[in-house]
Amino acid sequence: MKKELLKGNVAFAEAAIRAGCEAYFGYPITPQTEALEHMSKRMPELGRTFIQAESEVAAINMVYGAACAGIQTMTSSSSPGVSLMMEGLSYIAGSEVPVVIVDIMRGGPGLGNIAPAQGDYNQMVKGGGHGDYRIIVLAPATIQELIDLTYEAFGLADKYRTIVAVLADGSLGQMMEPAVLPEMRPVRPVDKRPAWALTGAKGRDSHFITSIYLEPLDEEKFNQKLLETEAKIEANEVRYKELLLDDAEIAIVAFGTAGRVAQTAVKIARENGIKVGLLRPISLYPFPTDRIRRLADQVDGMLVTEMNSGQMVEDVRLAVEGRLPVSFYGRMGGVIPMPEEILDEVRKLKASITEKV
Amino acid sequence: MEKTEMIESLIYTKPRSLQPIGTHYCPGCTHGIAHRLVAEVIDEMGIREQTIGVAPVGCAVFIYNYFDVDFAEASHGRAPAMATGIKRANPDKFVFTYQGDGDLASIGAAEILHAANRGEKISVIFINNGIYGMTGGQMAPTTIEGWKTTSSPMGRNVELHGYPIRMSEILAQIEGSAYIVRRSLHNVANIRRAKKAIRTAFEVQRMGLGLAMVELLSSCPTNWKISPDEALKVIEEKMLPVYPLGDFKVDPAIQKHGKGW
Ligand SMILES: Cc1ncc(C[n+]2csc(CCOP(=O)(O)OP(=O)(O)O)c2C)c(N)n1
Ligand code: SF4
Repeated sequence: MKKELLKGNVAFAEAAIRAGCEAYFGYPITPQTEALEHMSKRMPELGRTFIQAESEVAAINMVYGAACAGIQTMTSSSSPGVSLMMEGLSYIAGSEVPVVIVDIMRGGPGLGNIAPAQGDYNQMVKGGGHGDYRIIVLAPATIQELIDLTYEAFGLADKYRTIVAVLADGSLGQMMEPAVLPEMRPVRPVDKRPAWALTGAKGRDSHFITSIYLEPLDEEKFNQKLLETEAKIEANEVRYKELLLDDAEIAIVAFGTAGRVAQTAVKIARENGIKVGLLRPISLYPFPTDRIRRLADQVDGMLVTEMNSGQMVEDVRLAVEGRLPVSFYGRMGGVIPMPEEILDEVRKLKASITEKV
Repeated sequence: MEKTEMIESLIYTKPRSLQPIGTHYCPGCTHGIAHRLVAEVIDEMGIREQTIGVAPVGCAVFIYNYFDVDFAEASHGRAPAMATGIKRANPDKFVFTYQGDGDLASIGAAEILHAANRGEKISVIFINNGIYGMTGGQMAPTTIEGWKTTSSPMGRNVELHGYPIRMSEILAQIEGSAYIVRRSLHNVANIRRAKKAIRTAFEVQRMGLGLAMVELLSSCPTNWKISPDEALKVIEEKMLPVYPLGDFKVDPAIQKHGKGW
């Protein structure tokens, strides 16, 4: 297939359609709205379902219902809208139905602004909704990755009967880049819906989908079941990209757009003779803990850079287990760091390490 | 000698669409009656294998244990949104929600309003008992002026808490709704009328006319803190004046069809 110039929001919406998404429910919010608009045109064209819901609360519960009926379904939103979806996401996790959500993050807290930010790492990666659950969270850094991860998200959601979130910032939603769209997959035929789906009890016993377990021991059993799924996810679905880590003395760890800026910083640093490499986690859950642990044995220091006040850095420090200094550089409020700023931090870190030696 | 045969005729049995088990409802609670009416209608229409219910958060949270049809359990108030997703994925199936007055008229007010406005082809069974049953008797948006509840111990003061909300009258104003009626479960004659209305609400779905809702005035003897018998009298004497029975919206296509089902 050939490359096209695509806007992020349109690209992931079209990727979802091509993955076989049969129903989309959403509510307008910048910087994600073009996805909803694309869906409003394309889904009816293809005879599929599009609803502009009355709120994100309603949208996620429509997704919940459609997922219970066994079809591939999704929503997309941005930070404040995703906050409203947290109750629904918790219920969906508690019911083990597959759902895809794309979160195009903006500055916050509160109404914040519509500029690109990564302040919702904790919300998405650490659960966000109430109760004990984790969801697969994938963080693209390019439009191509945004497309590919959204396309793949549906299969992953089905495989593990879980929620898969694609977590990107507003710049990825808004910018245009040449990228290749995947091939169109047909929607799932009615007779291929999963056995647990609610389709009417024709020729089988009736069944129900619920997230309530009044008996603490039953709830705990269900919690254990989720843990077993999470163990499989942690074993099989860790994704990350590396750049020039082989001989690196300092490793930068950054995801999404911050990772992309860091890539430029690494290149400039290398031109200046500083041995820096980059680890860019793509799966934020499951987190590349093992890789970071191994890296901690190799490099002299790590720098985490994020477009927030320091959220993923906590996971990096957990992986490093205090074996070496992990410094942090963050820009907030919808500000994207410049490569030079990151480079300065690398220099500071290098200096502090040399001092100690 | 002539042989006489004993003929046993079955005059009362559990509907096929109900599971052969007891419920957790308090003695004298009208939830059980409402369940039975819905199940009888599903049986009579022969749609048990094509029906998907959506349970509320409220005393009827375990309704899926009692019905022998597919069921989903929604979060508090969101049943109409969830039913929307289920119905859009299964347009040829019968989808109904079963919701209390806290669920539908308070926390889920937006969801029912917009489901009606979209003309979602679902049937809504709305249990109005004027109180929050499951959480132990707090004030509901439907609680009648002056009624004492655990969160309005001096009686509902409309200056402070607002007025009892009449959802049927509100939803009748919405263009997407097709059939909006209020019935009561306080005596046999009214129970019969309630069943007819539930049947119509499911037929409306078959006809694809829009959202149908049957509001059922119901009792909660436990939290009203009176006997089941007295509770039925309270429906008649106290609730009916505030919540008049009637047909608030009937799509002309239903009227044309007559009462032939
Ligand atoms: C988000 C949320 N808020 C509050 C509750 C607690 N809660 C459970 S049932 C209920 C009220 C139920 O009352 P109603 O809908 O009138 O049904 P009934 O129990 O009377 O049949 C409340 C407030 C909850 N489960 N979820
Ligand atoms: S608390 Fe009230 S509504 Fe709930 S089961 Fe008991 S009587 Fe019925």
